[in-house]
Amino acid sequence: MDASPVLELRSISKHYPGHRAVNDVSLKIQRGEFFSLLGPSGCGKTTTLRMVAGFEEPSTGEIRLNGGNIHHLKPYERNVSTVFQNYALFPHLTVQQNVEFGLRRRSENDIARRVREVLELVQLAGKESRLPSAISGGERQRVALARSLVLAPEVLLLDEPLSALDPNLRKQVRAELKDIQRRVGITFLFVTHDQEEALSMSDRLGVMSGGELQQVGTPQDVYLRPRTRFVASFLGAVNWINGSGVRPEATRISKQSPTGFVSRTATVVQTTFLGNCVHVEARCQTGETVVAEVSRLGEPFAPGDPVHVWWQPADELTFE
Amino acid sequence: MNRLRAWFLAPSWTVTIVLFLAPLLIVLAYSLLTRGVYGGITQPWTIESYQRLGDFLYLAILWRSFWIAGASTILCLVLGFPLALFISRSDKRKNLYLSLVILPFWTSFLVRTYAWMFLLRDTGLINTILQRLGIIHDPLPLLYNDGAVILGLVYSFLPFSVLPLYATLERLDRNLLEAAADLGAKPWATLTRVVLPLCAPGIRAGSILVFIPCLGAYLTPDLLGGGKTVMIGNLIQNQFTTARDWPFGSAVSLALMTLVMVLLLGLSRRDEEGLL
Amino acid sequence: MKRSLSLSTYAIAAYLFLHVPLLVLAAFSFNASRFTVWQGFSLHWYTAAFRDAQLTQATLNSLIIAIFATIASTIIGTLCAYGLWKRPAPLLGGSLYLSLVTPEIVTGVSLLAFYQWIFRFLQVRLGMHTVILAHISFSIAYVVIVVMARLRTVDAQLEEAALDLGANEWQAFRYVTLPSILPGVIAAALLAFTVSFDDYVITSLVAGVDSETLPMVIYAIARRGVNPVLNAISAMIVVGLGFLILISERLRTT
Repeated sequence: MDASPVLELRSISKHYPGHRAVNDVSLKIQRGEFFSLLGPSGCGKTTTLRMVAGFEEPSTGEIRLNGGNIHHLKPYERNVSTVFQNYALFPHLTVQQNVEFGLRRRSENDIARRVREVLELVQLAGKESRLPSAISGGERQRVALARSLVLAPEVLLLDEPLSALDPNLRKQVRAELKDIQRRVGITFLFVTHDQEEALSMSDRLGVMSGGELQQVGTPQDVYLRPRTRFVASFLGAVNWINGSGVRPEATRISKQSPTGFVSRTATVVQTTFLGNCVHVEARCQTGETVVAEVSRLGEPFAPGDPVHVWWQPADELTFE
Repeated sequence: MNRLRAWFLAPSWTVTIVLFLAPLLIVLAYSLLTRGVYGGITQPWTIESYQRLGDFLYLAILWRSFWIAGASTILCLVLGFPLALFISRSDKRKNLYLSLVILPFWTSFLVRTYAWMFLLRDTGLINTILQRLGIIHDPLPLLYNDGAVILGLVYSFLPFSVLPLYATLERLDRNLLEAAADLGAKPWATLTRVVLPLCAPGIRAGSILVFIPCLGAYLTPDLLGGGKTVMIGNLIQNQFTTARDWPFGSAVSLALMTLVMVLLLGLSRRDEEGLL
Repeated sequence: MKRSLSLSTYAIAAYLFLHVPLLVLAAFSFNASRFTVWQGFSLHWYTAAFRDAQLTQATLNSLIIAIFATIASTIIGTLCAYGLWKRPAPLLGGSLYLSLVTPEIVTGVSLLAFYQWIFRFLQVRLGMHTVILAHISFSIAYVVIVVMARLRTVDAQLEEAALDLGANEWQAFRYVTLPSILPGVIAAALLAFTVSFDDYVITSLVAGVDSETLPMVIYAIARRGVNPVLNAISAMIVVGLGFLILISERLRTT
């Protein structure tokens, strides 16, 4: 590859008596990248993050920051910073005091200006003297972000920062976070269990399950060309037919037989109106049930209708 | 992290070892030595002090301590339970009622014991009122007997039975009481057959918290018993001051400690929360 | 849940039982006569108490001992609670628990025996310092309990955040955890003060000739019989210590 990665994990494992939280994970993250670790709870993504931050010690493997081994360094000696899931704001300190905490420990100069700039960046100007208990959940998240950003870490570690927010708020905050990351240019290592978040925000993402990294790639790579069945199902719905899969939006369905494609005959079981589209569930003659996503503007289907089901060969997901 | 923690724990370790554990070891050593001519400690090493514990005189003191502590404990539980029940059934002022129970305890043990001297003595308030009302002619000997000691102990340690009973009652699932009523149990039956058995942890905790300090009581029997009620605590104090028989006093002390630890181990359960 | 009339009546009786003795004691401290018959309001028992040189000296001693013991035991106990909160130390926890359940008379005589043994090697005698050391020893467990209870309400992740932001372990304690538990620490200090000021059993055994404390004087007077001056002193003590405990309770639960 070109430039050397800013963060590299080499065969990282974390063993506890009785189970392996993280097993042989290797990863290279480029400078300025928005990288997500995606997986269900218990898959080891948070443990991996904590090992990078320095709160857990890897059982095996190396962690390299800018080429240097940071394995033995304490959290306060590493140039990475964490945004915690519950923000961990110091309740007895104001917003201003929270944000400048790290700078004060380093006895840096020009603290006031830097705090002001970062608070403007996260749109919290004017709330400096409030206590964490006096601001909203979304604002607290921005304070946590500002507190870490102001230290200009090499990598910013984010542990499911959106999960404590109102669902309506999340989409907006996603866009803001992505925007901030692009403007500041800091590398983000983002942990989440929400595949929509990971797909919409990341430059690249890694999918984890059972402590192991199953696939690393761009959102398109991982969604369209999943390497394992787990990755395929975790990133979206899949119709499983004969060991391979097709996404519902790639599954075509019609009452006439399509020209130029081999199709299966099926009978419509039910249709579900989802607002922006319709899911048509049909049982194939060969026994499988598939769900096809069709536009609500297209031909309507009713339970019992005989239909043909087919897809583009390129859309078929196959696995070794 | 470990280094900072080690520094933080070091002072406590030092104080505990030097000013608590070492003294207990000294007492252990003294209990195996002999009383000197002028009341000091000399060789030879002997278990004579422990053998003297078997004397009828001292067994009588032990028995008396047990029955006074036992009576006080039972009274505390019986008197404390309805109070705990009352507080647990209060909606708004629970904390106030609890504070009113616990507050007196923390003011001054000595003063609270003296208060009963003031009330119970021959020319004390109770006798004066009874005489004024014409109910009695001569004053009743309310002070300087076992009864006064038990009264003083109950007064001092009642909060220690109310609090654990209250804690257990609070944790009681209301649904169980409703289920019992649903199945036809009248209030009294619910109380005796459902609530009381479920309060076993609280009763156990309350018994330990009252019985053990009562067993080792010194001030209460001294002031309210007037020298006639000799409990283990008085015996120990006596051996270390007037009688100047430190080996024997040490043996009694260790016997008391052993009793306390046996009771604690026997009555507590692993699954219940500890203090520390 | 409904409370029956009989239960409420019982509760009233129980609270009377708990509080009337002290109230009566206080009431009669204003009695002009020394007999248990009310003969008019008077403050002269209070003035007598203040004029008594022995009482004044003893109170001073008690205050000095309590202040020194409180400062030391609060610091030691707070650090100990923090260490135990980070990771339990069963032996130390067990010893502290043991010091709480050991009867005072046993603690007292063991300290007396210990001091006398030490005095064979050092040119020291019983005095204020032996009392202060004894008070520190038995107060630590109380401080640990109160501070530990407070620590359990603190989010452990706050210290992680502090470390993450560049603070070392000591700074995390000093700037993040300690401010959070400060009310609890003060509550513990007030409790330690009360326990020390009121102690009789242990103090009487390890005090020297020059270190008579207020409880020791009270005991001596009470032994001789009832004395209205004692009522006055008692009333003042109850009000004073009760006030401290009230503040302590308030701080414990903020």
